Amino acid sequence: MRRWLGPALVAPAFAYIALLVGLPVVLSLYLSVSDARVGSDTTRFVGLANFAGALQTPSFRGALIHSFLFTVISQALVIAGATLLALSLKEAFRGRGLVRLLVLLPWVAPISLGALGWKWLLDSLYSVVNWMLAAAGLVDPMNPPMWLGEPRLAMLSVILVHTWRTLPFATVILLAGLTSIPRDIPEAAAVDGGGFWRTHFTITLPMIRPIVLVALLFGVVFTFTDMTAVYILTRGGPADATQVLPSLAFFTGILGGDLSGGAAISLFLFPMLLLGAIVLLRIARRSEVT
Amino acid sequence: MRRGPARLVLRLIVVVFALALSFPFYWMALTSFKRTSDLYDLKNNPLLFNDPPTLEHWRFLFAETLYPRWLANTMLVGLAVVAITLLLAVPAAYGLARLTGRWGERAGIGMFLMYLVPPTLLFIPMSRLVAILHLQDSLWSLILIYPTFTVPFATWLLMGFFKSIPRDLEDAAMVDGLSRFSAFLRVIVPVSFSGLVTVSIFAFTLVLQEFVYALTFLSSVSKQTVGVGVPIFLIRGDVFYWGELMAACLVACIPVAIVYNIFLDRLIQGFTVGAVK
Repeated sequence: MRRWLGPALVAPAFAYIALLVGLPVVLSLYLSVSDARVGSDTTRFVGLANFAGALQTPSFRGALIHSFLFTVISQALVIAGATLLALSLKEAFRGRGLVRLLVLLPWVAPISLGALGWKWLLDSLYSVVNWMLAAAGLVDPMNPPMWLGEPRLAMLSVILVHTWRTLPFATVILLAGLTSIPRDIPEAAAVDGGGFWRTHFTITLPMIRPIVLVALLFGVVFTFTDMTAVYILTRGGPADATQVLPSLAFFTGILGGDLSGGAAISLFLFPMLLLGAIVLLRIARRSEVT
Repeated sequence: MRRGPARLVLRLIVVVFALALSFPFYWMALTSFKRTSDLYDLKNNPLLFNDPPTLEHWRFLFAETLYPRWLANTMLVGLAVVAITLLLAVPAAYGLARLTGRWGERAGIGMFLMYLVPPTLLFIPMSRLVAILHLQDSLWSLILIYPTFTVPFATWLLMGFFKSIPRDLEDAAMVDGLSRFSAFLRVIVPVSFSGLVTVSIFAFTLVLQEFVYALTFLSSVSKQTVGVGVPIFLIRGDVFYWGELMAACLVACIPVAIVYNIFLDRLIQGFTVGAVK
């Protein structure tokens, strides 16, 4: 009785996932080596032509570069900012609960709605960001920056919005790591004459390295595979300047009807996921042993 | 305990980050209560009410747009997905935590890895699958597909909860004559109630936050969820009605933020895959 109860309880969930994730993965591989389009009934096997074709188009190569820039810059900023913020939030103070709620907002809010808020904050005519920068004397009110209209600024805006969105998540994960360290270790270091910041950067942070890795891992995977901020803010524009791999796959496969081309572009996300999975497994294995 | 400049710097960092991260929501709130004439007058200080505040944007949003319908759609999909998630994840997590020994842990991590599979990898084959099942432009497509990311995370989190319950509890119940299955239903499920609530809340917020699948599968205006309806369909022509749009964002963001804040610590335990003890 007991021998089959375990598998019987586990089976439905695994069957559901195997069917609804496994099947699409197979279908995706099949589409990527075919010439399937919306509305055409016959499909042929075309080998790796879709991948080769994608690699040759400038829009794909642009998207690949933008995806890496988008991920690397935003997550570097996130880890730096989140470390600073988590260290500052570590100890209890009056109003900490409220601060945590405020800090958490960008991550909890649906990303499409947060990005819509930013579209209004960075509006070409009524941008409150520009108004504040002008009031501080940092930009010329007669000729304010077009945050979403100029290629380089648009990329910067998309990166900053994504940083804003993922920073809270990294912060709470790091905070969980920091509070798990026995208090007396940093205190002993402080007694030994290390200053506050020095203690933190030489003693505390190395101790929570696995946690930093966890925060970075989720941040990188969620950022590299996200298209929402780009889609809402710029639709990949101006002139593909902010196009990333997921948004390009969407425009090609769903809006353009080129299913096979879109599926091939999506599959370029796979190596990053594989890397993420391996890192996660290593962290889990290590914590299983200790 | 800590005195002097270091403490001051810490407080300053907290204030700067809290202001910068929450400012967009303050601006949403301000926009939603401002008169249109106030919003679009470049001579005004945008951070103040230059004209008296108004509820007009809120009235318009709820009375004359499809927004209430989208809220109801989101609610419906959310509740259905939570139900499916619990139905699949609770037994699976219990089985993995208690009855399957060593490979239970491995299978649990394997399940958790599925959570990393993003919609942007699968939306094209998923759209074919949805078409084959004749679920295009139906909320059922979301109810069917969303558990693919809620079940993995829920199973993983619940596995942790079940493991933290002492085995003696079920053993005692089984000595009292209950079968393992009824011991699970009558003893374990009630004890892990807070875990079930956490998982339900989390699954619901994942539904609320999802954008890519909903954008791909649904096309009718009346079928939208809040996450897609507001940024894509509440914009009429080229005109952005920012007052209504920002009110619509706030309604979806603030309640979730408050609930989320309450259950945060438990969620974080799940994300840190045991790296925090």
